[in-house]
Amino acid sequence: MDLKEKLISSFLAFENQVDVDTYVHDIRSKAIQTFEDKGFPSKKDEDWKYTSLNRILKEDYTVFPKQEYDIEYRDIKKYLIHDIDSYKIVFIDGKYSSHLSETTHDGMDICLTSAALSKPKYHLIIENYFNKIAPKDSLTSLNTAFSSEGAYIHIPKNKLVQKPIQILHFSTGNESATMLQPRNLIIVDENSHVQIIERHQSLTENPVLTNSVTEIFTNKRAIVDYYKVQNDNLNASLIDNTFIKQKQESICSVHTFSFGGKLTRNNLRFFQHGERINSILKGITIIGDKQHVDHSTLVQHIEPNCESHQDYKGIFGDNAVGVFNGKVIVEKEAQKTNAFQTNNNILLNDKATINTKPQLEIFADDVKCSHGCTIGQLDENALFYLRARGIPKKEAKALLMYAFANNVLESVKIPKLKQRINKLIANKLGVNIGFDL
Amino acid sequence: MLKITNLHASIDNKTILKGVNLEVKAGEVHAIMGPNGSGKSTLASVIAGKEDYEVLKGKITFEGQDIADLAPEDRAHKGIFMSFQYPIEIPGVTVTNFIKTAINETRKAKGLNDMPANKMLKLIRDKAELLEIDRRFLSRSLNQGFSGGEKKRNEIFQMAMLEPKLAILDETDSGLDIDALRIVANGVNKLKSKDNAVVVITHYQRLLDYIIPDFVHVIYDGKIVKSGTKELAHELEEKGYDWIKEEVNA
Repeated sequence: MDLKEKLISSFLAFENQVDVDTYVHDIRSKAIQTFEDKGFPSKKDEDWKYTSLNRILKEDYTVFPKQEYDIEYRDIKKYLIHDIDSYKIVFIDGKYSSHLSETTHDGMDICLTSAALSKPKYHLIIENYFNKIAPKDSLTSLNTAFSSEGAYIHIPKNKLVQKPIQILHFSTGNESATMLQPRNLIIVDENSHVQIIERHQSLTENPVLTNSVTEIFTNKRAIVDYYKVQNDNLNASLIDNTFIKQKQESICSVHTFSFGGKLTRNNLRFFQHGERINSILKGITIIGDKQHVDHSTLVQHIEPNCESHQDYKGIFGDNAVGVFNGKVIVEKEAQKTNAFQTNNNILLNDKATINTKPQLEIFADDVKCSHGCTIGQLDENALFYLRARGIPKKEAKALLMYAFANNVLESVKIPKLKQRINKLIANKLGVNIGFDL
Repeated sequence: MLKITNLHASIDNKTILKGVNLEVKAGEVHAIMGPNGSGKSTLASVIAGKEDYEVLKGKITFEGQDIADLAPEDRAHKGIFMSFQYPIEIPGVTVTNFIKTAINETRKAKGLNDMPANKMLKLIRDKAELLEIDRRFLSRSLNQGFSGGEKKRNEIFQMAMLEPKLAILDETDSGLDIDALRIVANGVNKLKSKDNAVVVITHYQRLLDYIIPDFVHVIYDGKIVKSGTKELAHELEEKGYDWIKEEVNA
């Protein structure tokens, strides 16, 4: 039985075991139908031209990992930003781990999707927000059909959330291969500000496929800073689907740091509903081996006077493959839009590959839009300069790569996170440069 | 200290140096002059170890050791420094962090521990003062947005920090106004001692009014065709390079 059939046949059992109201049940039933009709995307789909899921779909994934594995804080500490005070929502093999988490209902909800989907007090929220901006493509529909657990965050208006929120998904390899489908719902009301860090981490070498969906609603004048840390091992794959609806004068930034994993696909979509909105999409990708990272972004400018800024840097070594597909749509009404996009790449050898494709669709006539992509090697003259000052080749290369990625790193607003990313980059490059940039 | 014998070097299969002989002893200042395209900067790059150049023939020894096969960083660790004609911009790495890294990597290569932070800071402060460098300048990204003069001053600042045995200044005077030239020359003179040596590569004589050379060499078509004292530099300033070319071609 292939994975698609297995998933479809699991759906019935799944629907019977979980307690949900009919509203959610209807959405799920429609979603599984969509997935059944469309199946997994293939390279024939324009959006998947450079990324094939074949090599990760052939594993015999367990769709519902059975028993809960015993994980202690010390097993996961290194994957947390542990030296800051933060809220934590921790999942082990898709199940919530209360003893590793730190949630709250005090003046805001930082808790679980399972609660939001089943408790009557959240019914209205679910009707207003759940699955409202997730598109009906096959992978998102698959997640919707099986949506049961994840982070549910609702920040009411005028609230500055003092501590960052960390959402952590661990897989234990308790099953020989595991498929996870976390579902996050994040609502930030008027004038509120929140910082969120998300990470998916496999704790063993057993294959894991995560198909995650996150819906983020950034209401009027709200500020959301979202950071994705992707540094998983070579048997873990991630399809991250993140959809963001912004209302007027809101600012939402998503930083994606992709340093690991077997195959990573980031579907990141911003929809601007209101004026004077700012959307910021930034990423650093540093991969080697046979790793594959695909950034597929979309910003839809719908109303006037909004901005978007995309800046993705990629460094590819060994046989690694990178994809950047950045789409900007400026609708007819969206006059005075400022939309900027850059994608700069360094290929460290002849075998690494980058496919980069900017797509601008502009229907308004008074806008400022720019895009630019570069593909190059490390500058030999710069390398010589550093080496002539006594900095060995490996460190000199690392320094140049830091310099290359620096302006993305600069905009990380949580100092401890920035430090951690610095360290991850240094580890990735195999150097100990010994200073923070 | 530095001894170059019959050095031939090429880049992209084009031979640039065609038999250079040069000996530089500790305590000496040498000037290498010559028209454009004569091989001045190539000589500097070959001594510093730029890998684009291939040494075809001849020998380069530093303190008695053949260095032709050493990596640039290994040469730097031995005390060879080259001030670049066109210093590279490196965004995101501050002048301070860059020089710290360079010093500590050099110490590491010698089996020493990192320099203690307070000692490093004092050293940076002292050398910055010597070159009349503003403290704020040190926290800027390396060479990014620097004026021509700032870049060159920053090169000499790095030289002051690294205290090389042999400093090669490649066209350090180009793009400098007279004040910057004076500051740079002053810095070089203060760093001079009987134990180190300086090779000044320049097209013009004016820097040599400030850094007085013991020897002046003229390089033309990949060879040193004339050597003399500082008077030779004045003669070149007055008469240009044509008479040298005529002498060689005669």
